Amino acid sequence: MTTFAFENRIWEQDETLSREQLSKLQLERLKQTLEQVANVPFYKKVLAENKLSPDSIKSLDDLRRIPFTNKEDLRQHYPLGFMAVPREQISRIHGSSGTTGKPTFVAYTVGDRERWANLCARFLVAGGLRSNHLVHIAFGFGLFTGGFGLHFGVEKVGAGILPAAAGNTPRQIMLLQDLAAEVLICTPSYSLQIAEVARAQGIDPAQLPLKFGHFGGEPWTEDMRLEIERELGIMAFNNYGLSEVIGPGVSGECVARCGMHIQEDHFIVECINPDTLEPVQQGEQGELVFTSLTKEAMPVLRYRTRDIATLDYSPCPCGRTGVRMSRVVGRTDDMLIIRGVNVFPSQVEEALLRVEGTAPHYLIEVDRPGTLDEVKVHVEIRPQDFSDKMSQMQALRDRIDREIHSVTGIRMKVELVEPQSLERSFGKAQRVIDHRNDK
Amino acid sequence: MKLNQLSVFLENKPGRLSEPCKVLADAGVNILTISLADTEQFGILRLIVPDWQKAKNALEKAQCVVNVTEVVAVEVEDKPGGLQNVLQVMEQAQLNIEYMYAFTFRRENKAIIVFRFEDPDTAVKLLQQKALKILSSEEVCQRVEG
Ligand SMILES: [Zn+2]
Repeated sequence: MTTFAFENRIWEQDETLSREQLSKLQLERLKQTLEQVANVPFYKKVLAENKLSPDSIKSLDDLRRIPFTNKEDLRQHYPLGFMAVPREQISRIHGSSGTTGKPTFVAYTVGDRERWANLCARFLVAGGLRSNHLVHIAFGFGLFTGGFGLHFGVEKVGAGILPAAAGNTPRQIMLLQDLAAEVLICTPSYSLQIAEVARAQGIDPAQLPLKFGHFGGEPWTEDMRLEIERELGIMAFNNYGLSEVIGPGVSGECVARCGMHIQEDHFIVECINPDTLEPVQQGEQGELVFTSLTKEAMPVLRYRTRDIATLDYSPCPCGRTGVRMSRVVGRTDDMLIIRGVNVFPSQVEEALLRVEGTAPHYLIEVDRPGTLDEVKVHVEIRPQDFSDKMSQMQALRDRIDREIHSVTGIRMKVELVEPQSLERSFGKAQRVIDHRNDK
Repeated sequence: MKLNQLSVFLENKPGRLSEPCKVLADAGVNILTISLADTEQFGILRLIVPDWQKAKNALEKAQCVVNVTEVVAVEVEDKPGGLQNVLQVMEQAQLNIEYMYAFTFRRENKAIIVFRFEDPDTAVKLLQQKALKILSSEEVCQRVEG
């Protein structure tokens, strides 16, 4: 691990508003946002149907009178139906790649861009960035909000930027060696890719000059954090955001690294049960829902992220008062409820990763033959794991079995299957078959 | 004096046994002997063939998971106590047997037993000292194919 000293520094005093001051500011900004969204035909209709106006919002509890906004709503208003400002006021357009067809576009005014850069600056500084650092950004620079979002955040802090962009890993390693950036920004999985390629070239990735990294853009696990820190010899910080809400900058870790502070003076967060749509008990897992408070071009009301996490309102030693969200543990799209327990395919993947180093292809099959749910996990065996000894094969199976139980709390029947035998459609593997839906 | 045995992973589904056998038949590979270790969940098919490299290539081309292990073939008298004598030698030498199986063909009152040892080189040395008949790949082929 690095000997680099991480001190706590706060970028803006608004990060430490008392909860009371924060609520007051949120209410004021929520009213302004309701005024702003009246320019969006979709919201204008929603507000009218529910007899809502800025004046009808008396307290933050009134937020719950507003209907949710779904990804599907944005899709149906392709390309720019959710804009609350005239086209000539748009300063930038980004988009999130959909798995099917067209992206979902999001837009920013000049003011939005300024606030966005500031939000990124906040979490970057919270996670150790200073103006004397050089930052290597290996995110794609394009429609994706990650590259440009972090670029302008780093610029705001006054640090140096190497916009390396994504891809061509051997070249990334050369740049990391020759220009000696202290900070790496990319997806967590790409940082491991860099480490792996470095190793293959005979370079010890821990010897690269890097000191720490800010990772986001995809869900990852605590195990992955340990691996990144060990492999690259750095501290790894987590940050979260999604383009529909703003992009990176919704939340990020401070040096205490006990959750990501949500920037609540700009976003109201709710944590709901995705089935009942009611708020979960404090500390329980639920779907995060965000309402933007300062966006001009594309404000969103109660946007359902489909990301599952927990919220922690306990005070943080760093002094920031924003509630801390856990890692995203899964997506509502693929959450399974097995015998009353929430299980995500990503947990099974994590268990397999622990056993084998890299996760093989797998398929989770759920059925309810009688009254109890039964789960079978088909795991493709990798040629290097195959042994002619039955004892060794059974030991492998037992290890997978134990890890899955320890990660999910559920006993699943593990079935080893031949490589390439699980169906793949469009390069994306199907992870779950739920026969309970057939009945 | 060791043989290369092929092991093939079999998942739990109908027709799983005939699949690799058909692949080998299509590739013109004769199977000298075959043995199956099986559980409820999956199986391991172990094969001895005259040309293991050719067989391995054919199986891998058909997406089978194959590995190659060194085993030792010992000729024993096909009469009561024949196998017992050989096992006694191994026990005395403290050779650890992972598993074993017999050839399905017998000639001239001899049987061939295949042993999988943790350490085949030491095993071969010890068994030769005890004057047991260890068969080479060619000898196995001759005896089985006639
Ligand atoms: Zn903190």
